[in-house]
Amino acid sequence: MTARITREEIRHVADLARLELDDEAVETFVGQIGRILEYVATLESVDTDGVEPMSHAISLKNAFRPDEPGEHLDNAEALANAPEKDDRSFLVPRVVG
Amino acid sequence: MQPYQLTIAEASDLLQARELSAEELTRSVLGRIEALDGEIGAYISVAADQALAAARRADEAFSRGEAGPLTGIPLAVKDLICTRGVATTCASRILENFVPPYDATVIEKLRQAGAVVVGKANMDEFAMGSTTENSGLQPTRNPWNGGHVPGGSSGGSAAAVAADMCLGALGSDTGGSIRQPASHCGVVGLKPTYGRVSRFGLVAFASSLDQIGPLGKSTRDCARLLSVISGHDRRDSTSVPEPVPDYEVALDRELGDVTVGIPVEFSVSEGLDPDVSAAVQRAVATIESLGVRCREVRLPHAQYAVAAYYVIAPSEASSNLARYDGVKYGFRDAGGGDLMEMYRRTRSRGFGAEVQRRILIGTYCLSSGYYDAYYRKASQVRALIREDYARAFESCDVILSPVAPTPAPAFGEIADDPLTMYLSDIFTLSANLAGIPALSVPCGFSSAGLPIGLQLSAPHFGEQVLLQVAHRYEQAADLQGKKPPLDG
Repeated sequence: MTARITREEIRHVADLARLELDDEAVETFVGQIGRILEYVATLESVDTDGVEPMSHAISLKNAFRPDEPGEHLDNAEALANAPEKDDRSFLVPRVVG
Repeated sequence: MQPYQLTIAEASDLLQARELSAEELTRSVLGRIEALDGEIGAYISVAADQALAAARRADEAFSRGEAGPLTGIPLAVKDLICTRGVATTCASRILENFVPPYDATVIEKLRQAGAVVVGKANMDEFAMGSTTENSGLQPTRNPWNGGHVPGGSSGGSAAAVAADMCLGALGSDTGGSIRQPASHCGVVGLKPTYGRVSRFGLVAFASSLDQIGPLGKSTRDCARLLSVISGHDRRDSTSVPEPVPDYEVALDRELGDVTVGIPVEFSVSEGLDPDVSAAVQRAVATIESLGVRCREVRLPHAQYAVAAYYVIAPSEASSNLARYDGVKYGFRDAGGGDLMEMYRRTRSRGFGAEVQRRILIGTYCLSSGYYDAYYRKASQVRALIREDYARAFESCDVILSPVAPTPAPAFGEIADDPLTMYLSDIFTLSANLAGIPALSVPCGFSSAGLPIGLQLSAPHFGEQVLLQVAHRYEQAADLQGKKPPLDG
């Protein structure tokens, strides 16, 4: 486990997360996140050999239910909060150049 | 005495006896909000017209003799629980104008029980924070001292209850976000067992940890709210089909043979404020005086809870918050350019600094080459923390600890340094990691007059014993008459 994170890694992760960071933000985050990851590295000292990772607090088997049509939002309701739309779709800026 | 000062149980009795109308009660609470909330800032929005309409429906229900357990009771709801037709912002610019087209399951249940939702309470943006200072919309002041924060992330809910600007509230708790503000504001707050309450309509932060729960002026009020909101929901696949008892009726039963465990690791914790330590020790003495046995227990992995949590919660958040892309709802930065540029601009301008920080940490921990070292490792340590609790509960029924290492900090005192803020969650995170229920009940005041809470936790679905012990303690400690120094 690396203890610190580099500026390049912050930029790469920001790109993966679709965040735009200016140089000042990169500088702030590299320090803060570096210290947080350094603290998190204390986990390394815990012996976890053979321990099954825990994903949920309560063990539930798959929660199946019949696949039947039920109540749902109509088009107008589903589109009501969209920043840009026409009468039946969400509108987005061009995707390919 | 003004109607807004009543507890839910007291108000309900007066409403049933027709000595008070639901409309009078709601008007009294709305008047209190009008008088105080400009200063406190607990509410992001107040739905006065809808509340009065609901109150009049409640009065009609009383005339027909059809009242439910919460009929006519004015409540606040944290602003990340969807309310049909009423804005639900998560205290974020990115959702500032979002008006949900449906009610969360807990809101449906409150309405069926006759409750009156008066408004939406402030919080740290997307519930990320411990002081409510990360709200993207406004600060909330602690009703006991305006220079101090109310705690967080459900700071608005806790402040509204403490200042009598509602009779009870709903919050959400991912790492202590109900219990810690309850402690800082001198009210009762309960995080139920993971799966006890449906999260359909709760805006997701960290899905393996999030849980909705009540805040109230008394343990009894929290028990009543919990009975109403609990239960299986086919729309939340993590909700558990476990029968829902009447938690309020259980309060008055004999306590029986109960043992309280006190973790040795917590009593020697660094950075524990002497006033908090003294208040918790007095609470132990009070509980022992009730004939309850107290004994030491061990939670050897509790010291790793902060590190495990601050991998798991940001990882899940980075995935959950991918949905805010400026397309389907919320804010869009329409600055030109292609789709990818729109995503980046929207998310960078829509999310505040703490939310961006957690998205970055989470994306990093889940990214190729780091997953095993971070998320998998943290999930293994989480399993050890859960095992610690299972072992400790073999020799006790309830575990007692502080809620927070200090009383409410002043504005700016801890929020400027993320790691310092994260470390203040040390006593509350473990319950979320283990999925067990835990509550905060007032246990005293600091020398500066700020409230201090006592945390009690129990095994999965042990809410009854938790509420019983808290109720008995609350009666013996007799702190309920204490109110913040406010003149409305």
